[in-house]
Amino acid sequence: MNEILKPQNNQQLIDIIKWAISEKNPLTVQGLATKSRLGRMCDNEYILDMSGICGIHMYEPDELVLTASSGTPIDEIKKILADKNQELEFEPANYTQLLGNNDIIDDGNIVKTGTLGGMIATNASGPRRIKIGAARDHFLGFKAISGRGEEFKSGGRVVKNVTGYDLSKIMAGSWGTLGVMSEITIKTMPKPETTRTILLLGAEPEQATKAMTQAFNSSNEISAAAWMSEEIAVKSNVEILRFTKGHITAMRIEGEKKSVAYRCKKLRDMMTRMGKVEELHQDNSNIFWRDIRNVQPFSARGDNRVVWRVSCAPQNGWKVINQLKHLKSMQSYMDWGGGLVWIAIDAPKVGAERLVRDIVNSYGGHATLMRSSEKLRQNIDIFHPPQSGLMKLTKKLKNNFDPHAILNPGRMYKGV
Amino acid sequence: MRMPAPDKDIIANKAKIANDLRAIVANPEAVITNHDELRPYESDALTAYQQIPLIVVLPESVAEISAILEYCNQNNVKIVPRGAGTSLSGGALPLADGIILGLAKFTKILDIDYDNRTLTAQTGVTNLGISDAVAAEGFYYAPDPSSQIACTIGGNIAENSGGVHSLKYGLTGNNILGLQIILMDGEIINIGGKHMDSEGYDFMGLLTGSEGLLGVITEITVKLLKKPASSRALLLGFLSNEDASNCVGAIISHGIIPAGMEMMDKLAIHAVEDFIHAGYPLDCEALLIIELDGPVVEVDHLADVIIKIAKDNGATSNKISNSEEERVKFWAGRKAAFPAIGRISPDYLCMDGTIPRGKMPFVLSEIQKLSQKYDLRVANVFHAGDGNLHPLILYDANIIGQLQKVEEFGADILRLCVDVGGVLTGEHGVGVEKRDLMNVMFNEIDLKQQQRVKCVFDENLLLNPGKVFPQLYRCAELGHMHVKRGKIPFPDIPRF
Repeated sequence: MNEILKPQNNQQLIDIIKWAISEKNPLTVQGLATKSRLGRMCDNEYILDMSGICGIHMYEPDELVLTASSGTPIDEIKKILADKNQELEFEPANYTQLLGNNDIIDDGNIVKTGTLGGMIATNASGPRRIKIGAARDHFLGFKAISGRGEEFKSGGRVVKNVTGYDLSKIMAGSWGTLGVMSEITIKTMPKPETTRTILLLGAEPEQATKAMTQAFNSSNEISAAAWMSEEIAVKSNVEILRFTKGHITAMRIEGEKKSVAYRCKKLRDMMTRMGKVEELHQDNSNIFWRDIRNVQPFSARGDNRVVWRVSCAPQNGWKVINQLKHLKSMQSYMDWGGGLVWIAIDAPKVGAERLVRDIVNSYGGHATLMRSSEKLRQNIDIFHPPQSGLMKLTKKLKNNFDPHAILNPGRMYKGV
Repeated sequence: MRMPAPDKDIIANKAKIANDLRAIVANPEAVITNHDELRPYESDALTAYQQIPLIVVLPESVAEISAILEYCNQNNVKIVPRGAGTSLSGGALPLADGIILGLAKFTKILDIDYDNRTLTAQTGVTNLGISDAVAAEGFYYAPDPSSQIACTIGGNIAENSGGVHSLKYGLTGNNILGLQIILMDGEIINIGGKHMDSEGYDFMGLLTGSEGLLGVITEITVKLLKKPASSRALLLGFLSNEDASNCVGAIISHGIIPAGMEMMDKLAIHAVEDFIHAGYPLDCEALLIIELDGPVVEVDHLADVIIKIAKDNGATSNKISNSEEERVKFWAGRKAAFPAIGRISPDYLCMDGTIPRGKMPFVLSEIQKLSQKYDLRVANVFHAGDGNLHPLILYDANIIGQLQKVEEFGADILRLCVDVGGVLTGEHGVGVEKRDLMNVMFNEIDLKQQQRVKCVFDENLLLNPGKVFPQLYRCAELGHMHVKRGKIPFPDIPRF
């Protein structure tokens, strides 16, 4: 039986961690638990629930900066930004549906997104990654409690800062294993005035990659590029995709209205040479890219296939797809101009992951198991195993920040 | 400047160490021990501090670097990596009992991959050398520090360098995809590659801006960008720093993020105009240089919007570049600002604090007050868009006591930056220059936590010691932990 400890302020948080250290009781650190089915399983007797440490402390739209407690829901942050026509530029993904987490309820409300802390701790990022970076690139500073029960800080509220080691970078994507962040400062950005998406119809993955590369290598400032197979497109929430027939290659253009119109025309002219071209305007474009980042194609109720997320060089995404397409019930789509491949396969057995990892290793990159049965999750590496030198550094860093292994031990790698 | 006390045994052993190093490197002349030949290495671009190193070694391969580091680690010899020696914070200041590891021979570009938009270079390739290598195909590498003609990409990683375009295109850390580093024990580690978002702990992000204290960076894979379709620069003159600062804020709150937004004050404008004749207005107190890039239709539209915002904020003059030649000329003034100041003063000290943009008018007026107090002139040249200040304090090192006075003045400016919510250094690094001010921004726990990172990479503290941290703790001491029984069962905390 798990016991949930839910601190309401910083002092209580420190008390809990100090207590956990002295009793050698490892803690499962979580926000709204929307990602509890992601990463390695952490089955500790005590759960540290950070959702009580919440609230937005500072938001200065003119300075493009926001500071909030780590337990603040993302929805709340998005709302206050939208009021000032700003956003989180890195488009954090929401895997709630993919993970079948629709049943999480907090204060009577169904939880739709997680917390700020969870977003940073998992370094979530969306389709715009290829242009403007990941969550970590917008993470300016933090306060955290280490596994020594000490509060420490790093970074600040300004973008240009090289004062001491940038511990923000190491906290982003550390899955709560190095420290429990209590306060987070992030960069905000103005929303683009207009967004449109050019669609090239019918291209196979290799041809699509060529088209996306040509688009990126033009001066049209593409802010996202994706490919999806016809069988995925026909189930899209964007109505016209259901009738277009053929695979879809999509390229997004955003910014000032006149500039977008001009660049769209240039891109259309370029793509027309490769096939039939369509265009999505504001709302449809937004829905399309929301679904790409949230893995909507594999999130239907009852879809229990294993889902992999593969990060590789953009020119290798289509090769990974071609090498795996013979697998049972395999479906795939690419984001990041080919540099991010989402794969769903009916391969629930331990050992089946080796094929995916071997193929990814042969091209360079990494494969993360995003959804699977609990049994598979318990028995294979969720994250791509790092090279031995990096693993040594990983273990040492964990040990230096959390010597008693009380913060999410084993959440990323066995024994770390 | 107090450096760690030199190890007399190491100094006495110089001849043996040099011989051992000669056995490691293929070319025996790559080991320099002669006093006159060591002299060029005695300082970096922070010339106020000098120290002749024990030995300089100039390896030619990754295997040699690895063997040198392993040797130093086993024999307790300190080592200071050095690229082009353009650090403004003394990051490459030698140690009397330490070896300078010169990386000047690592100047090869190893791979250019236009389809994946990446370039892989050895650590000693210059920043500009990368952009030049891909210019013919219409690509470039975005971060462009003022020293880009000389500074190396390895040094850019060490300092997380920015430049005038970082407002829109980010710093070094936002523009790299892969690193090869060598640890003190000689181990060669590859991080990332041509793919985005390496998994696991973000060691690449941690190494960026780590000032050569964690490992020696030997190879870098950077992200290439396609050159924008067009670029134009605007010169906007204002009657006060406050008006110019307010204009910067108004542009951003309008939702416009220009490619660059630079500001200069009157002293800097005049020094530059006398030197470069860039066409800057001389009848203003503050000048903004704003660059817009993208399709012509966008640039022209935004230029109109910005000129209107500038007028609303009291701009007294505006000029827009009408040719590429003119645009380059506008920037030539900004890029030559430091040497231009060098013409009007025997010496200057360049500071590098970053502040929240909204605090600019206040901080600039406080700097003026300090200038009167210390009776030293200050020219301000800075990245207004990111609030990264570069006050240049003018002084004469030949006047006894002036260096000390200028250091105190600089420290006061940096304390002021931290007081208003800013930081000690935006892009030049802590080095030795700001080392003793780290306590202004961080408490003991913060600094110990940072040094625990150092202990992960270099537990004998041999790599570039005496930089960044005001006090060095032994790793064994940092690892120690008192465990007191915690309070239980926290009556106030909700439990479920």
